[in-house]
Amino acid sequence: MDGIVYMAYLLAAVFFVLSLKGLSAHESAQQGNYYGIAGMAIAVLATIASDAVTGYFMLIVAVGVGGFIGMQKAKSVEMTEMPQLVALLHSFVGMAAILISWSGYIDPAASELTGAELTIHLVEIYLGIFIGSVTFTGSLVAWGKLNGQISGSPLILPFRHGMNAIAILVCLWMMTYFASNPHTALSTFMLMLMTVIALALGLHLVAAIGGADMPVVVSMLNSYSGWAAAATGFMLGNDLLIVVGALVGSSGAILSYIMCQGMNRSFISVIMGGFGTDSAKAPVASGDQGEATEVSAEDVADDLKTAKSVIIVPGFGMAVAKAQQVVKELTETLQKNGCTVRFGIHPVAGRLPGHMNVLLAEADVPYDIVLEMDEINDDFPETDMVLVIGANDTVNPDALERPDSPIAGMPVLKVWESKQVIVLKRSLASGYAGVENPLFFKENTRMLFGDAKDSVQKVLKNL
Amino acid sequence: MKIVIPEEISPQELRVAASPASVGKLIDLGFDVCVQAGAGQKASFTDQLYQDAGAEVVADKAELYANADYVLKVNGPTNDEVQLFKEGTTLISFLWPAQNPELLDKLAAKKLNVLAMDSVPRISRAQKMDALSTMANIGGYRAVVEAAHHFGRFLTGQITAAGKVPPAKVLVIGAGVAGLAAIGTAKSMGAIVRAFDTRMEVREQVESMGGEFLTVDIEEDGAGTGGYAKEMSKEFIEAEMALFREQAQEVDIVITTALIPGKPAPKLWKTDAVQAMKEGSVVVDMAAEQGGNCDLTVAGEVAVREGVTIIGYTNLAARLPGQASVLYAQNLVHLLAEMTPEKNGQPVIDMENEAIRGATVVKEGNITWPPPPPKLSEAPKEVKRESAPLPPPKEEKKPTGAGAIIGFWVVAGIILFVLGKYSPPSFLSHFMVFVLSVFVGWQVIWNVSHSLHTPLMSVTNAISGIIIVGALLQISSGSWLISLLAFVSILLASINIVGGFLVTRRMLAMFRR
Repeated sequence: MDGIVYMAYLLAAVFFVLSLKGLSAHESAQQGNYYGIAGMAIAVLATIASDAVTGYFMLIVAVGVGGFIGMQKAKSVEMTEMPQLVALLHSFVGMAAILISWSGYIDPAASELTGAELTIHLVEIYLGIFIGSVTFTGSLVAWGKLNGQISGSPLILPFRHGMNAIAILVCLWMMTYFASNPHTALSTFMLMLMTVIALALGLHLVAAIGGADMPVVVSMLNSYSGWAAAATGFMLGNDLLIVVGALVGSSGAILSYIMCQGMNRSFISVIMGGFGTDSAKAPVASGDQGEATEVSAEDVADDLKTAKSVIIVPGFGMAVAKAQQVVKELTETLQKNGCTVRFGIHPVAGRLPGHMNVLLAEADVPYDIVLEMDEINDDFPETDMVLVIGANDTVNPDALERPDSPIAGMPVLKVWESKQVIVLKRSLASGYAGVENPLFFKENTRMLFGDAKDSVQKVLKNL
Repeated sequence: MKIVIPEEISPQELRVAASPASVGKLIDLGFDVCVQAGAGQKASFTDQLYQDAGAEVVADKAELYANADYVLKVNGPTNDEVQLFKEGTTLISFLWPAQNPELLDKLAAKKLNVLAMDSVPRISRAQKMDALSTMANIGGYRAVVEAAHHFGRFLTGQITAAGKVPPAKVLVIGAGVAGLAAIGTAKSMGAIVRAFDTRMEVREQVESMGGEFLTVDIEEDGAGTGGYAKEMSKEFIEAEMALFREQAQEVDIVITTALIPGKPAPKLWKTDAVQAMKEGSVVVDMAAEQGGNCDLTVAGEVAVREGVTIIGYTNLAARLPGQASVLYAQNLVHLLAEMTPEKNGQPVIDMENEAIRGATVVKEGNITWPPPPPKLSEAPKEVKRESAPLPPPKEEKKPTGAGAIIGFWVVAGIILFVLGKYSPPSFLSHFMVFVLSVFVGWQVIWNVSHSLHTPLMSVTNAISGIIIVGALLQISSGSWLISLLAFVSILLASINIVGGFLVTRRMLAMFRR
């Protein structure tokens, strides 16, 4: 029986690899998801069928209740709330890792181990709990921030990097004691203490990160949840958990790395938390920016009638206003007028990597007119009009033009090179990065103030 | 500050440096504006229109100059005009300082400030005041109109009751602003348009205007600085000439726009090419003023040679006086707005401002021409990258020196050695699986498309619910505490798995082509 279970695990692992592979291209993405489901089904059924599992009643209740809740959530979630959901789900994995590792510690079977094996086993438990705890509270904070329950601004405590370092060092020091003194009262206390410290560390790491950087954080937590699974796999000696945990962990890390490149942030400082918000670099006050020119929806509509090519640059503002549907209607109307409409998506637009793509897909915008920053950035000079809908930092020319700007060096969409820019925005307030945007004061920029959805609707009515 | 706009003296010149619209904008910037009576007559702007826009109209030229703080002109001043300037006045006009050093000396001797519109640097920020591009655009349009005027046939192809008319073939040499404008105009009139340029980077621009881009077999990129071309090698020019001789037999209209800054225009359309053309064909030489691209061009005139009409007008843009004046005046407004950020009518010649610095050729009587080279080239070289798989990030971050690479692997080797020496075999087999899986994940994800990041994340999230397996293995343990913990874990992981996969499916179903 063990041999069959083992081979089932192998098959599941292969399916998971195929699943990730499938998800990297549009054509095979659906298929990839089914591979994932199949892999998971095989893994779970094989485990249940194995000799080690006998408590079927509790098991079925747990899976049934959990599955039902998951299904309801998945059906009811708004696409604008995707980031919150993903963050919340990460926290579940973190919690599960904590519980499983604690169980592993309590489990009397483990005490049969001796020598190096016991030490390694204890280290694995310790790490499993540590990573799980950081993932759990970190994800909860990310969820709260994305949901708006916690303020999006970064929490900057004095000496915060030092506090993180001390927390990690204390945990490491306790690990050496814990691993070499199995199952004494003191070591159990230390495990508890470490759990608390790790929970606090997760809280603090993510609380120090501003709302604008959440895409990277969510993807980083995704990676952590994978490592947590791998750690429990080591503890239980289960290769499937190790393989899948490592897959998820490394793929999440790479996604974060790609994100970091998109924002020109250092990868290392992301892992350490609270990046890009170095207190030494106060946002540069720039007094005389000039005046922003306001424009009415009617005028925008008139200009759109004559424009041959239009690029729409959406940002988080579009998600907040749930304007994707009207934006799609606008796109269709313009296309009927013989205008070329495309979308330019910054890699970190929105609150989750690829967030804008999902929203536009929800509104039925064909994905081949939705282009990435690198694909479209050279086309702006030949574009008649750019509509910036609720984007701010991702179109800030300061990133390229002012080396002293806090966002200097971040690649941005060069909308200002086009013939005309219309910015749809609620006010002249600065974005999440907290810097002024001189785009608003450029001579070819006009501001259309108001809620993105209302504004687009007004423009649409006048077309 | 008072801005004055005198009438242009040259009989060829039909343009004027202000339009009624630009007068209004100058007044908004805080200036007083004074226009010489009759200045806009040839461009169809009456004195009344200027007055309605808020300008004062003055008949006496001497009085005009005597009160001027700023003089806006199209062409550089003649000797007589120079005498009228009072000290400290600022002149803004076309000047061509490289060709007219004596004029520059005279203006400097008068202690003037002079901004040459032809010296505005060709950087993105200064595009709005780039009068050369403005004029080139108009000239390109007019070149096609002139050619059509002298060409005895339709440009467009037609099938009529009286028979079939083939479309005219137009060749545009040099796809700068003027060339592109000519391509677009000829195309919209229905002609078949071909274009040649030594700069490969303009290929897409030519094609976007509807032209066909001709190439020679020799690979050499002719892109110089500031959006201009450089001189090419001998082999390249020979291949180019062969191409032109071949094209000459086919095309009906040739429009040449090739210029190399600071040098006479290259001779591209030789006598033999003209001879090869069909009777009744037309050549428009837009480089006539700089010596012409065609051997047989007579600057400023229309000549018929070998049965081919060769148009050598040097004032093509001025032949659209109304349009040229409106746009030139707008360029001037942009320049003055750049100099007057406070909008208080008190402009400053800011030598730190790259655009202003480039245009300024005389400052307070000192010649400041030529300016330092602009920092940005207008068209940065585009290198098309193959979408080869990127190396893993670790390699990118590490210094590339061989020592660092060796050092990295030595350290890695030592760690592996220590692990191998002290760890039990069961751990090592798990460890091997772990490390290999990390690499697999790495490779699989590396080329993921940006738009799929969210679904990918939600599917990896669902997959990380695999932790359920751990809980499943624990639930049957004898201890009630462990079973309880495992129960909660299974519940949480199930939410994660089912929720994650379903949400991914929902998302993916929305993506459509």
